[in-house]
Amino acid sequence: MLLVNIRRIFRQGFINFWRSGTVSLSSVVALTITLFVIGGIVLSRAFLLASLEEVKQRVDVSVAFEKAVEEEKVKEVKVALEQLPEVETVTYSSPAAEEADFRERNKDNAILLESLVETGNPFGARLNISAIDPTHYESIVKFLQSQDEAAAANTGKKIIYDISFKREIIDKLNYLIEAAGRLGMALIIVLVSTSVLVTFTTISLAIYISREEISVMRLVGAENAYIRGPFMVEGMIAGVFSAVLALALLYPAAVWVRRVTASIYTGVDLLSYLTSHFGQILLLLVGTGLVLGAAASFWAVRRHLKI
Amino acid sequence: MIYFDKVSKVYPDNFLALDGVSFAIEQGEFVSIVGHSGAGKTTLLKMILAEERPTAGAVFFHSTNVHDLTNGRLPELRRRIGSVFQDYRLLPTKTTYENIAFAMEVAGRTDAEIAADVPYVLELVGLSTKSDNFPDEMSGGERQRLAIARAIVNQPDLLMADEPTGNLDPLNTMEIVHIFRKINDLGTTVIFTTHNKGVIDQLGKRVITLEGGRVSRDDAKGRYVI
Repeated sequence: MLLVNIRRIFRQGFINFWRSGTVSLSSVVALTITLFVIGGIVLSRAFLLASLEEVKQRVDVSVAFEKAVEEEKVKEVKVALEQLPEVETVTYSSPAAEEADFRERNKDNAILLESLVETGNPFGARLNISAIDPTHYESIVKFLQSQDEAAAANTGKKIIYDISFKREIIDKLNYLIEAAGRLGMALIIVLVSTSVLVTFTTISLAIYISREEISVMRLVGAENAYIRGPFMVEGMIAGVFSAVLALALLYPAAVWVRRVTASIYTGVDLLSYLTSHFGQILLLLVGTGLVLGAAASFWAVRRHLKI
Repeated sequence: MIYFDKVSKVYPDNFLALDGVSFAIEQGEFVSIVGHSGAGKTTLLKMILAEERPTAGAVFFHSTNVHDLTNGRLPELRRRIGSVFQDYRLLPTKTTYENIAFAMEVAGRTDAEIAADVPYVLELVGLSTKSDNFPDEMSGGERQRLAIARAIVNQPDLLMADEPTGNLDPLNTMEIVHIFRKINDLGTTVIFTTHNKGVIDQLGKRVITLEGGRVSRDDAKGRYVI
């Protein structure tokens, strides 16, 4: 009889969901907003962590040479760097490649690109150095500074225009993520609890409409579980629909974020992260939708079962 | 079968709905309960279903004090009682067939029993052609017949009807009364509350008269006298 009852509860849940029309739709809309917020937060967090990891794997030290420095000299420094035990790799980027990179990053800034035409290529060559251990960057920088001073002593001209410490960027990024995490946690709690509350209220209202029906079910001798079951199934169906909708909404949102951040961010993009983790995100949203839909219905029906 | 032992009910607004009511109803009886509006008829029926708790006294169904039953045991009691209400209290999102099938499902009946009994009971109340209709697509008389079909499908020990003819025209009223008599003839105890003098006088069965929450008359073959 238990299996028969479970089958009947599921069948009734599906029929009720279909027949309730706009009431079901309102539950789906409320749940979709909640799941979109949850999905967005989870995605952003995972994306930030992945980005940080990627930045960490990038060059630790980046050296921009003066424009006048010849390629042979830069390559000489490159060879010297490669002989240092703390250096893992050194990559050379020509002035032309630097200009192309600058143009790509600023493709939306017409004035800047126009001034580039007037001045010609202002960039010198660049060496990107990856250390075996990020803590070694200081000795690498000292080595570069000594090379610069030696060149200045010999020729009267410095060869290095700028040394960027990517380590600083990583530290800054770490700090920013940590600070955003602390500040964001409060925001996340507010956002998630507000949307969960909206879901619970919407589903409660949907069930409030059925309160007479619930009392009639009690009066004809239905047990609480048999009354509650179809409502919980309805909530779970709404949860599954909402998870799919929320995921469908996350895609255009990710495309938009990628477009907006494309010029400042060239690493992992949100869209490819979403695509590569599709299964896990879908599972998370469907799971959350099922639990939220069922829990909200369980809680809402409970209030009307006192007859 | 049913025993009211000095039952009183005072609502939160201090309205005295029942005042020391005592009577007994035997298995197979057909009892009409009459009285003005507010005399306590509906409260009395709600007491049997344990929908209301008495302020004092006790209500027994087959020697069980219904108000001693836990929330979990109440469905068992209610499945033994068929109820018909003046406002029908049907399930609006279910079809005629599903309304009756639901009552059978909660009683633990099999799919085969449901498939066999629902058409039979629909035939009995003259609603065979309405099995796929929803309650709001039916007339008042049809809805009341559906409520009766739902109440009798599990062959309850007791059939209670609270003003079942209150919203019906004379022709539908006579049909409904006829159905109740038929059910009573088959051995089911019937309790029936009404305002309708004609119905009571025509039945010629036991009549309990309530006035101001008290039993003022209890006649074995009574008439409507208020």
